[in-house]
Amino acid sequence: MSRKRITAAVAVLVLATGCGAADMTEQASPFANAQGARTVTLSVQSWVGAQANVAVAQYLLEHELGYRVDTVQVDEVPAWDALSQGRVDAILEDWGHPEQEQRYVRDKGTITAGGDLGVTGHIGWFVPTYFAKKHPDVTDWKNLNKYAELLRTAESGGKGQLMDGSPSYVTNDKALVDNLNLDYQVVFAGSEAAQITQIEQFAKEKKPFLTYWYTPQWLFEKVPMTEVKLPPYKEGCDADPAKVDCAYPVTPLQKYLNAGFAEDGGEAAEFLKRFRWTTEDQNEVSLMIAEQKMRPDEAAKKWVGSHESVWRKWLP
Amino acid sequence: MATVTAPAARPARPGVLRRPAARKLLVLAVAAAVLVPLAVSRWGGATWPDALTVDVSGPLGRASDWIIDNRDSHPLFLYFFGHVSNVVVLAVRAVYLALLAVGWAGVTAIGALVAWRAAGVRLALSTAAAFLACGLLGMWVPTMQTLALMVVAVLASVAVGALLGLAAGLSDRMDRVLRPVLDTMQVLPAFAYLLPVVLVFGIGVPAAVLATVVYAAPPMARLTSLGLRGADKEVLEAVESLGTTARQRLLTARIPLARKELLLGVNQTIMMALSMAVIASVIGAGGLGDRVYQALASVDVGAALAAGIPIVLLAVVLDRVTGAAGERLGESETSPLTWLYLLVAAAAVAVAGRLAGFLDWPEAWEADIAEPVNRAVDWMTAHLYSGVPVVGGTADWAAHFTSWVLNPLRDGLQWLPWWSVLLAVAALAWLIGTWRTALTAVLAMAAIGVLGVWNPSLDTLSQVLAAVAVTLVIGFATGIAAARSDRFERLLRPVLDVFQTMPQFVYLIPVVALFGVGRAPAVAAAVVYALPAVVRITAQGLRQVDPAALESARSLGATSGQQLRQVQLPLARRSLLLAVNQGVVLVLAVVIIGGLVGGGALGYQVVFGLAQGDLATGLVAGAAIVCLGLMLDRVTQPSERRTKKGA
Repeated sequence: MSRKRITAAVAVLVLATGCGAADMTEQASPFANAQGARTVTLSVQSWVGAQANVAVAQYLLEHELGYRVDTVQVDEVPAWDALSQGRVDAILEDWGHPEQEQRYVRDKGTITAGGDLGVTGHIGWFVPTYFAKKHPDVTDWKNLNKYAELLRTAESGGKGQLMDGSPSYVTNDKALVDNLNLDYQVVFAGSEAAQITQIEQFAKEKKPFLTYWYTPQWLFEKVPMTEVKLPPYKEGCDADPAKVDCAYPVTPLQKYLNAGFAEDGGEAAEFLKRFRWTTEDQNEVSLMIAEQKMRPDEAAKKWVGSHESVWRKWLP
Repeated sequence: MATVTAPAARPARPGVLRRPAARKLLVLAVAAAVLVPLAVSRWGGATWPDALTVDVSGPLGRASDWIIDNRDSHPLFLYFFGHVSNVVVLAVRAVYLALLAVGWAGVTAIGALVAWRAAGVRLALSTAAAFLACGLLGMWVPTMQTLALMVVAVLASVAVGALLGLAAGLSDRMDRVLRPVLDTMQVLPAFAYLLPVVLVFGIGVPAAVLATVVYAAPPMARLTSLGLRGADKEVLEAVESLGTTARQRLLTARIPLARKELLLGVNQTIMMALSMAVIASVIGAGGLGDRVYQALASVDVGAALAAGIPIVLLAVVLDRVTGAAGERLGESETSPLTWLYLLVAAAAVAVAGRLAGFLDWPEAWEADIAEPVNRAVDWMTAHLYSGVPVVGGTADWAAHFTSWVLNPLRDGLQWLPWWSVLLAVAALAWLIGTWRTALTAVLAMAAIGVLGVWNPSLDTLSQVLAAVAVTLVIGFATGIAAARSDRFERLLRPVLDVFQTMPQFVYLIPVVALFGVGRAPAVAAAVVYALPAVVRITAQGLRQVDPAALESARSLGATSGQQLRQVQLPLARRSLLLAVNQGVVLVLAVVIIGGLVGGGALGYQVVFGLAQGDLATGLVAGAAIVCLGLMLDRVTQPSERRTKKGA
């Protein structure tokens, strides 16, 4: 009897799993396409700009095209992986990952480029403008050592503090501090949320600080910051991560789609390929989400209501 | 900590207890006298010698590349992992679709009716209220996603745990083999092994479910084995004398007798699976955890709380219902017919809800709590952060704590020669346990050195020690107060529930807002998380002290302080040690997550590994965390194993 049972169990298992090979590249989220709705799964990265892209795309997909949208928060590199496997359908804001591009777009062909987002990104070192006004020469890296004392915190030990953010961000800061002989300690805030919270606390007290930051970013509206000049960026000066001694490049941000989705994603894929707006547009939505604490869908609704000429063009 | 971990001198027979401790220390001293000069002459210096490290980043990087390149084509993935992954996706999807089809009215009704039969009217009402609150907070769909994930993860954990427990309960050899495995699984901070699961299964639900099973199965296994072993011998003999076969005995006597333990196991598994549901959001599990995590990204404590409350409600309701069901076992069985009626009633409500169009939670019924919460948090941070007269602001405290406690502790630990750290670990673990625990602890610590992460590990260790010290001071004081006053304990209970079940991610932002970026907020978050377990175990231990001993002390005219110091605390020594042990394990789990708010060290490396898909960094840091957890667990391990994690 027991043998019969085991055989039966094995048979059921084999039947249930479809006896053949299981393709891990074709597994959508179990929450997708529920109740007969067409679902698009978008990845959201941890910064607010990315949330703004997704919020607006989601709003339009849901209200203009009749899709149901799932969002999953994933860091950049794992998002590439998820995109390749079809767990998410699109990344709307990529800051440049040559290694991943080579692997997934060119070699494996599981991801296709979705074109420019229309927003240009730039990473740099920033000090608050109130500090830069008081000490105008702080905006050149050559003078940074003079201010190390002022920028010291409990975390940075005897050196000045250079605050970095989430570990998922592209950063050469440790190498830069070493190679430019700066008397600074890179303190990793560990997440953008922590970094923003700390910047706001510093700004409230008008305290000086030096931070890794990037544009476009809504926080500039609230805490005006001035960029510190680093040695100028030249093509290839950041090729060896240990020897970097130049500023960060200017990056036109890109969209990427899962290859299968780009092919037969219908209107949704078409829409996401055409999605393209400006830095000001993105900041407007970001500010509503982060500063006015509006829910992303409400912020998107508000923006959509007043910018019809922009998004009309995106609809297929 | 030293006062607790040192062998307690029982007033009655000090000599007997002291002698083995002295002997152990003597043996260690002799071993050290021989080994240390050897080690120092070969590999001097304070930090772990380079000659004794193994660089695993090369092979790990290659392994990670191999997996990514072969994931879509290799038979191992096509015929094994792929199917596992598919089954998980299908199961979760089935449950999720069922929940959506039943609609919110149906789900609430079914939940309440089950709670009513299993645990009584009061819990039925709370269950209904909890479900409605989830809808009210605008979290109905995420709650259903989490629930679907939980159902599958809990079923899988219970099945795996019960099988392991069955093996361990029936065979002594399996028990010996499994015990260290389960021990290890229980001290692993979940954050440490997310990366390898993600690499194999990719982001999303399958990885989340599997990580949850690793995390939540051990208590089930342990309690199953405990229940089978604890079955009344006389009953078993009686059954045996009836001429039953071994299998009949198992099914008709041993398993039914172990029902209470089994249910407790299910209860523990549910609680752990829920806490994992949030951590798994880092790898794209979706549901409530994802909402908390997304809110964290936009520094929105209110939104994080709105998603965190349903998790707390689910946890409290599930805990109470399964707990009450366990206590009611054997009282009066509900007949199958009653269950049938219940099912029919629930189905009727669900159908009625469907017909009335009550399927999706109506948006108009959502209450927005995010805004008031955010205002409260803003007020708090604006007024407490700095410039408070006399006591100084929280930022000043954090800075002082960092410069006066964390920095010296870290620098001190890193300054200590590596062999002296090993010696100290050996001495502590041996004094409190057996030579085996000491050996495990030393080997774990040595493994950290071999992996080449000695300094960051000591940094993490310093944060753990500081957080444990604070937790114990507050926890013991609160525990003692709770043990002495029933009213205080009643007031405390809901607070502890909330602290214990609120996802850690929710309070990461408030602690940054209060304490700035760095190690101080990580320590603060760890204290908040570990406190409830310490308070509970302390209070329980003190309350269980033999009343006769207290009575006799009282009759001798001891004051209440004397009673506490000389009778209650020494007699509750075992509980206090368990509290220390739990405190250490829980603190470690959160200090790691503190990598998200500037805790640095191992926690940052794990987050970095996850974020950059860097297996070498992430996995080495994860392994070091596991070793650190093992070492800390063994060093603080009371002689009798606990039965559950998280108390």
